[in-house]
Amino acid sequence: MSKVIIIGAGPAGLSAAITIAENGLNVLVIDEYMKPGGRLLGQLYEEPNGNWWNGIKESQNLFDKAVSTGVEIKLQTPVSNIEESNGIWNVYTEDEVYTTSHLLLATGAAEAPLPIPGWTLPGVMSVGAAQVMTNVHRVKPGERGVIVGVNVLSSAIAMELKLAGIDVAAITLPKMNMVTKESGNPLDVMNSLLHVSHMAPSAFVKMGSKLMKNDFLKRMGITFFPKNGVKMWDIPIMLRKAVVEIYGESQVEGVTIATISPSGDIIPGTEENIAADFVCIAGGLYPLAELAAVAGCPFYHVEELGGYVPLHNERMETVLEGLYVAGNITGIEGAKVAISQGVTAGLAIVNSTDGGKQEAKLNDSIKAIEETRNKAYIQFHPDVKAGKQKLQNYWNEHWKAVVSQ
Amino acid sequence: MTRRIIHHPVLDRIDETDTVSFTFDNKKYKALRDESLAAALLANGIRTLRHHEEFGTPRGIYCNIGHCFECRVTVDGVQGVRACLTPIQEGMDVTSGDKLLTSVRDWRANNE
Repeated sequence: MSKVIIIGAGPAGLSAAITIAENGLNVLVIDEYMKPGGRLLGQLYEEPNGNWWNGIKESQNLFDKAVSTGVEIKLQTPVSNIEESNGIWNVYTEDEVYTTSHLLLATGAAEAPLPIPGWTLPGVMSVGAAQVMTNVHRVKPGERGVIVGVNVLSSAIAMELKLAGIDVAAITLPKMNMVTKESGNPLDVMNSLLHVSHMAPSAFVKMGSKLMKNDFLKRMGITFFPKNGVKMWDIPIMLRKAVVEIYGESQVEGVTIATISPSGDIIPGTEENIAADFVCIAGGLYPLAELAAVAGCPFYHVEELGGYVPLHNERMETVLEGLYVAGNITGIEGAKVAISQGVTAGLAIVNSTDGGKQEAKLNDSIKAIEETRNKAYIQFHPDVKAGKQKLQNYWNEHWKAVVSQ
Repeated sequence: MTRRIIHHPVLDRIDETDTVSFTFDNKKYKALRDESLAAALLANGIRTLRHHEEFGTPRGIYCNIGHCFECRVTVDGVQGVRACLTPIQEGMDVTSGDKLLTSVRDWRANNE
């Protein structure tokens, strides 16, 4: 049997590789980045038990374990295309075309942009870019920043910037337009923030989240939300102001913000400038799934999973023979869930090569994903389980339709 | 190199002694061995990596992990190289991109 190929050396890809190698199969992991770990590399937060989740150490541990179990890892190798012919998957890279009967896509997630005037100026970057510069490369993205977009990722990264001694002047909303939609609407943002309120050191947010179970109270909450925001880690979170424009001659010099109504409309005449030398755009994550698309996987848009997701089942199998998925390509969740999914994908691949000897382990691993999900400290979408159920229903419908044809 | 975060309250201290030199638009700079070209440029205070091919407006890094291609530069004569995915090497010759002739656009402006 040929070498299993995994695209993506993040938490899902590496944990799948370890699982497969431990079962005696050869594995090649390909990733275009210069370090293994994927998005896990940048993560840094304190868990409720007081331990720090250090993405660099976690990535190193996974990498070391993979290498010691005999996994081959090729970094700095972008994959431009995948193609199936006669039951064999061809994986195209710049130097070589690799072939395999079992291909796992663990390509992770990308950040959605929030195009606002001035966003192409040097010094404007995605919030994930600032995270990687700060924690992985240890270069300050700037001295004083403004984060545009209020969500789980941006609040976590704001805290990481503070830790590294970088001043964050404010976290605020983008001005509402066709593209920014929900992320510019204070009510929608408040709704999503209620689900991370357990992370908030601010009593206002914690208390508020308990009170705001119904729509009327939420609207009241927005109306009475202090104009200058509430402070989280000493950073003002502004839900009543929005960035109208990022300004600067040849690079970022600051942002213009204005007061907005509870429904997100700008109140004219309230514009003011905040000086900053960098701006982070936080539009949220979506599954990075182009390779599944060129392969011909059916896709479904599942809001709870963060966007378009290639159809797959709980064993991480796609509808295409020999093609598997794991990690954020299957929906936006934390690294621990991705690691669990990697184990399942790995076992599913082994199971298909040894005549089904892994059935019991495979079922246990599927339960383990569920347990990891239940215990997750950071949840990107509160209804991720409902999203997973929707996808399972699409899967069942797909095979019913195939049988009836 | 004051832009570097040498000490961090949680993460390990970084080693800033192992350096290499490279050029960007014919000027010489120092970088830490094996860091990304994007990080090396930012640590040297360089934010503009190129000018847009059509509009000539300045551009810098955006996603920092290879997705957006905003940080494309020319490295040792090879065009379109993503600075964020390129480990710096001793003696690397890096140049930014400039505005190009866009005759198609001119043609439209004159014929609409």
